[in-house]
Amino acid sequence: MSAIALKFSAVSKTFSSEGRQLSALDKVSFSIQPGRVTGLIGPDGAGKTTLLRLAAGLLLPDTGNIHVLGIDAIAEPLTVQSSISYMPQRFGLYEDLSVQENLDLYADLQGLSRIERPARYAQLMKMTGLAPFAQRLAGQLSGGMKQKLGLACTLVHSPQLLLLDEPTVGVDPVSRRELWQIIYLQVQEAGMTVLLSTAYLDEAERCDEVLLLHQGKLLDQGKPAKFSHSVEGRTFLVTAKDLGHRRLQEMLSRAPGVLDALIEGEAVRLVMETIEQPRVEVLLPGQKDIHITTVSPRFEDAFIARLKIRQTNPVTEFSSQLTIDLEKNDEVISVKNLQRRFDDFIAVNNVSFSVRRGEIFGLLGANGAGKSTTFRMLCGLLPASSGELAVAGYDLRRAAASARGRIGYMAQKFSLYSNLSVIQNLRFFSSAYGLRGKEQKTRLEWALTTFALKSFQDANAGDLPLGYKQRLSFAAALMHEPDILFLDEPTSGVDPLARRGFWARTNALAEAGVTVLVTTHFMEEANYCDRLVIMADGEVLASGTPLSMKLRARTAKNPDPTMEDAFIQLIEKRQQTLDTAP
Amino acid sequence: MNSLAHMRLVGLIRKESLQILRDPSSIAIAFVMPVVLLFLFGYGVSLDAKHIPLGIVIEQPDRETQSLAGAFERSEFFSPQHFSVIQTAQQALKEHQIDGIVWLRSNFSAQLLSNSAAPIGVIVNGVDSNQANITQRYIEGTWFAWLTHYAESRGQSLTMPVTLEQRVWFNTALSSRLFLVPGLIAIVMTLIGSLLTAMVVAREWERGTMEAMMVTPLRRSEILAGKLIPYFVLGMGGMLFSVAIAVWQFHVPLHGSFWLLMISSALFMLVALAIGLLISIVSKNQFVAGLLAIIVTFLPAFILSGFLFDIHSMPSWIQFITYLVPARYFVAILQTLFLAGDVWSVVLPNIGALLIMSLFYFSLVWRKFHKRLE
Repeated sequence: MSAIALKFSAVSKTFSSEGRQLSALDKVSFSIQPGRVTGLIGPDGAGKTTLLRLAAGLLLPDTGNIHVLGIDAIAEPLTVQSSISYMPQRFGLYEDLSVQENLDLYADLQGLSRIERPARYAQLMKMTGLAPFAQRLAGQLSGGMKQKLGLACTLVHSPQLLLLDEPTVGVDPVSRRELWQIIYLQVQEAGMTVLLSTAYLDEAERCDEVLLLHQGKLLDQGKPAKFSHSVEGRTFLVTAKDLGHRRLQEMLSRAPGVLDALIEGEAVRLVMETIEQPRVEVLLPGQKDIHITTVSPRFEDAFIARLKIRQTNPVTEFSSQLTIDLEKNDEVISVKNLQRRFDDFIAVNNVSFSVRRGEIFGLLGANGAGKSTTFRMLCGLLPASSGELAVAGYDLRRAAASARGRIGYMAQKFSLYSNLSVIQNLRFFSSAYGLRGKEQKTRLEWALTTFALKSFQDANAGDLPLGYKQRLSFAAALMHEPDILFLDEPTSGVDPLARRGFWARTNALAEAGVTVLVTTHFMEEANYCDRLVIMADGEVLASGTPLSMKLRARTAKNPDPTMEDAFIQLIEKRQQTLDTAP
Repeated sequence: MNSLAHMRLVGLIRKESLQILRDPSSIAIAFVMPVVLLFLFGYGVSLDAKHIPLGIVIEQPDRETQSLAGAFERSEFFSPQHFSVIQTAQQALKEHQIDGIVWLRSNFSAQLLSNSAAPIGVIVNGVDSNQANITQRYIEGTWFAWLTHYAESRGQSLTMPVTLEQRVWFNTALSSRLFLVPGLIAIVMTLIGSLLTAMVVAREWERGTMEAMMVTPLRRSEILAGKLIPYFVLGMGGMLFSVAIAVWQFHVPLHGSFWLLMISSALFMLVALAIGLLISIVSKNQFVAGLLAIIVTFLPAFILSGFLFDIHSMPSWIQFITYLVPARYFVAILQTLFLAGDVWSVVLPNIGALLIMSLFYFSLVWRKFHKRLE
């Protein structure tokens, strides 16, 4: 075996679309040592998928050389393909074949002899926990199980190099943890080399080594600790007694010397430009009772420090623009014993919560937990089977159009017109809410400036990068100045940089008094919410502030649990009670 | 072929077969569609005119007019309605209640007895010119038959300058069913070979299964064979099924040899499959692939193959286009083999054309299909 598992030498790749040249990779060179897990990190459009496809021999580079396990991948793609495995982003499972039939197919294709099969199958089934479902059709598995089956299919012949393209995207935290365990088992037991791309920055810390890719260029390569080390002494946690955490974040994000300010529960996490200890009188002149503590840096801090162009909160004009006629502390949304059945399947069961004015309220849960169904009932898109619900005092299913006019809704999927330009989309959505003439013009101007869409105003919405599409959807939902915002998975598939911009805007809206109800499967985003409920199998497992949730998960072994730890603990506890129940 | 390659190919074929068996739409296209089409065209569509609604205007009823009206009544081609004045009949024609009028004026019997010129008036709805021609011919036929019979009954003989003695070959009953049903086999095979194949391969691109398959030791030839073999079998199955229905249900005679039918069908199947594969390589999207397959293969096979419409009566530039339609050659072979027999001078050139087409399309598939994403 070669001493280097994968070697790129000055590899460039450009794609041409509609006459334009898009540089996906620009003179990328690196080598990966065998027997390690290497993470490929970068925002959307950084070139992660292109890099993996080149390594798998699915694309040819314009210039440069690629050696996989010492073999020239350009000259001998077939030789390479017989000793590696590759799992594309949407792994191609045959949904009309059973779990066993999918495994059989890949065993045939990878040339695994019949003698070796029983032992390997048993091993894979045990690892993935799929044994009880061997005869089930792949299409009827949950998202997490599909992903595990996909991984099992790629592992069927113990490849020397395993390429995984965002294997954990959209997978619930429990399955995510199990996928990582499987991957590490392969590295430890079979000495496999793994290269995987991911959008979750916390996963970078689980890798032995990280490749940081940005706009087609390799920015850096090294151990995750090395990245974190670069911001050592520059990360702090700030709390203020008299200021709300949102106001605090807004002020800090505009303070001199601050690279990044991020809400973390009740506190604000700071990344500074230099290694100096920040002083209160510089950061927040005139404020009292400010507490600054040094914290150890995380990979995400380093990532942001590397990629972020210093930007202040883009939204301040919200406050003066939005009209709020609701009393303070009024219950804007209330849900009591809500239930929704589809035939004999209960999608939402006995869900109760209430949201106060100006709050950011989160619905957290894995895919299929019942978040979207709850959401649709609140928006009046789906009738409830039983229970009570009120939004601004109305059941939106029966309320007049004027009541609906106070609601802004951003759907999970990009639901604007792809072949209309940015400005045409905004004009359409504003006129759908009855805006015209001068009023409409002011709102259009507001949307283009606030969301920094001016330079794209004549581009077709469908051609925008993902982060911009999300911004446009958000702008469209806000054209009529709603009091209540429903955001369904607004950050799904959006990279960390764009996510930050999104949350900064949402914070500013909440600060201005808008009530926000948001669903997400990114556990860490729960930190941005004031309060939240965690859902699983249609039921509420826990509700409260992010801090209270995390405190509940505190153990001697894990004194500083993350939101994900808290979530997994809740799910495991639920599983135990289900198992012990008669 | 070494044992590993054999294992890969068998694995692919097994997977494809399981998918076909579990996907109701594949089964529907291969076995339900032929039945629907055959029954629709076998029973529903007929190019023969029968029971044409015909108005008979008798201004002055007597023995002669009754006798002539009786002749129309007895004919299976007509279902007559009676009128006493021409105006009401014309109104009925305008309202589409009848397709033609036979007008016997008040002096009909007098003229007939005086042996002067034929005294009937005929009006035909000419909107559908084909139907109008048929109606007119049938009216004339019935009229002459009655006239001959009438003359004989009076001991006279009708004098005619020329008498035609007609003999119909191959389809002696002149039944359009016998002519349509063999052609339908070409349509069924186009559906399976091009439409179904284009869509299932496009589906693999859409779902990302193709990308995963590309990064296995599979060779290009194995991927293609893995798709071709199962759908070839399915298509030939659909063909045999259609032939069985044609022969046993519709009593279409198979005069030619069965083996020649199999060989030419296999060749046509290959052309259809190659076009299906080509479409899926170009479009990689089920919706577009389906539309393309319908426009490029199914519609031409329906309209331009000579299955339904006679190629010789098309404008010459359209006749030229029909040479590009593979179904044209196959329909010619089918109609010959079923109704006439092994007429080598017809079958061989058409088989040759199919052979050239399959080679052409397969070389195109080979050149366009790569184990790469671009």
